[in-house]
Amino acid sequence: MTVQELPGAAAHRPTPPPAWKPITDPAPLLPDPEPYRVLGTDVVADVDPELLLRLHAELVRGRRYNAQATALTKQGRLAVYPSSTGQEACEVAAALVLEDRDWLFPSYRDTLAAVARGLDPVEALTLLRGDRHTGYDPREHRIAPLCTPLATQLPHAVGLAHAARLKGDDVVALAMVGDGGTSEGDFHEALNFAAVWKAPVVFLVQNNGFAISVPLAKQTAAPSLAHKAVGYGMPGRLVDGNDAAAVHQVLGEAVARARRGEGPTLVEALTYRMEAHTNADDATRYRADSEVEAWRAHDPVQLLERELTDRGLLDDAGIEQAREAAERMAAALRDRMNADPVLEPMDLFTHVYAEQTSQLREQSAALRAELDAEHDHHEHSAEAGR
Amino acid sequence: MTTAAATADGSTAKAKPASMAQALGRALRDSMSEDPTVHVLGEDVGTLGGVFRITDGLAKEFGDERCTDTPLAEAGILGAAVGMAMYGLRPVVEMQFDAFAYPAFEQLISHVAKMRNRTGGAMPLPITVRVPYGGGIGGVEHHSDSSEAYYMATPGLHVVTPATVGDAYGLLRASIASDDPVVFLEPKRLYWSKSDWSPEAPAAVEPIGRAVVRRPGRSATLITYGPSLPVCMEAAEAAVAEGWDLEVVDLRSLVPFDDETVAASVRRTGRAVVVHESSGFGGPGGEIAARITERCFHHLEAPVLRVAGFDIPYPPPMLERHHLPGVDRVLDAVARLQWEADS
Ligand SMILES: Cc1ncc(C[n+]2csc(CCOP(=O)(O)OP(=O)(O)O)c2C)c(N)n1
Repeated sequence: MTVQELPGAAAHRPTPPPAWKPITDPAPLLPDPEPYRVLGTDVVADVDPELLLRLHAELVRGRRYNAQATALTKQGRLAVYPSSTGQEACEVAAALVLEDRDWLFPSYRDTLAAVARGLDPVEALTLLRGDRHTGYDPREHRIAPLCTPLATQLPHAVGLAHAARLKGDDVVALAMVGDGGTSEGDFHEALNFAAVWKAPVVFLVQNNGFAISVPLAKQTAAPSLAHKAVGYGMPGRLVDGNDAAAVHQVLGEAVARARRGEGPTLVEALTYRMEAHTNADDATRYRADSEVEAWRAHDPVQLLERELTDRGLLDDAGIEQAREAAERMAAALRDRMNADPVLEPMDLFTHVYAEQTSQLREQSAALRAELDAEHDHHEHSAEAGR
Repeated sequence: MTTAAATADGSTAKAKPASMAQALGRALRDSMSEDPTVHVLGEDVGTLGGVFRITDGLAKEFGDERCTDTPLAEAGILGAAVGMAMYGLRPVVEMQFDAFAYPAFEQLISHVAKMRNRTGGAMPLPITVRVPYGGGIGGVEHHSDSSEAYYMATPGLHVVTPATVGDAYGLLRASIASDDPVVFLEPKRLYWSKSDWSPEAPAAVEPIGRAVVRRPGRSATLITYGPSLPVCMEAAEAAVAEGWDLEVVDLRSLVPFDDETVAASVRRTGRAVVVHESSGFGGPGGEIAARITERCFHHLEAPVLRVAGFDIPYPPPMLERHHLPGVDRVLDAVARLQWEADS
């Protein structure tokens, strides 16, 4: 392909220097116009039934987790929860496609991916409950802290994957971002670095239609978000984000590609946020119920359940079993979240620096004195009350 | 209690309880109707009316070219505002939360703050950047930063922060009308605080840069702004029982800084405590204390003290009450003002 010729210009133009030749034909990088699907197509025959069943159990659990966490916000046990109901296929596939040694870089909505990767459900909620920022050790689980400043985790994923490769480690980083987040500079810089460095990174964009109230059409004029990959020199892939098997397959190929040293991939999963942005948001202000209803017919859990029952891999008893397991998880989560977290105010000072500054030592002593005085005061009033 | 305010035609309009959020929205609307070059842009400011509903109704009333939902990119939003201002518009940018303004720092520091100077005065940038700031609302990580010191440290920017409903209106109007860029810091924990205010006859639009004495007193001066004003007012009331008559100065504008009002107050009282919730080290209080010392040294009965947030990253919401300076800490500081010197 050449730069578009203006009429009449060609005749006067000397032969372009060789460096003008594009290094890559953009054609293989371009996403297919139709999102990739597995469920309900011939492709599904080749998918391992065990994997499909595993995905199903995780989807059911994930759906229940979202419902439970949202209920906890209503009971005042959780400050806020950005539900991923409707997006469970992306969350679960992102977690299951990775090996233990790989890293996950979630956004603030991706609690479920972290839990599906094995993180303790309560530890995953500390940020949103408000007792700790990151309630787990990222290195232990290879899950970066849940991240609220949008897209800022993406360059981190690139750097980590690059470092792992420099050390000769066979590690892939999978970074998650929303459709809105793709407008941030960090997204573009991360893609560019990843492509130039051929870093073993997979970018998963969950295009759920909205960034809070802003629909995709006001976010980008690109034909798809997957198209954005091409300009950076990496392939873009479009997948049905409600088709767990398809997301797993596309991410799996991208991870394998990264592991082979062939560089990053940008995957756009088309999905829908069935709930409001968070429990604090009123989605009726910016979207029609009919749109939500239309997506309900393309529910990720039901899509997979139908496939599995149609193929005789799952019966009512099997579905019931998955539901019961999810119920047990929810009950345990509820119980543990109903216990008040034990907070230590002095922790405010413990992890600011490796070694406390003299100023912080002074301030922590002042707080200690305040707390002691408060404590004495309580003791006294308790005694006076006797 | 309701008060009556005089309107232009001499009639009186009843004041009724209004929130700071309502007053800010009204200021935007009035600025937009009076001046067609005023444009509002930001994330979710259109259909949704902003996550704090400050811009509610503007897109409907003025169209989505005057109140625009932008792509989600703070550097892009502020950078585009620079270009819009270069071409004669008066952009008002909404940043969604304090910490989410940081991607736009490059534009703010390198261009917004410097354009007048770089162009020898030929190209001022009348941009208002509205930033909800501060804690106390139980927000998760990155939703409670006090970023005023970063802005104050950048010459070329005005830094304005209202603490009352009336000031929210008046100061935002003045900021939008200003030919200089203004970082307009909105104390988000006061968004829903109400006081009697007449939207039919809003308070006069005052020039930015004037502090005001919110409570006269003789024993010592509390100097504060934005989210800490109600804390200081409460402390001053509580101090009466201890025999202290505290004066409270609301700065309203950190840049320009009203040395005159502050120094006059401290000269009267001889003692001063600066109160703010942003970190103390390298924070606004240090600058303010230094200015007071330079101007009032011979009038001071005690060193100028600071009551500030700890020098830590903003804590998770369940611990924030231990971090935010409250009435007790203010009173403790007042108690340390070397009162024995009096006797
Ligand atoms: C840098 C930054 N700017 C603004 C915000 C405020 N904010 C939080 S979520 C959100 C919308 C995100 O939309 P999207 O990226 O599509 O993810 P989704 O919520 O749909 O999962 C915004 C604007 C933020 N968190 N970070």
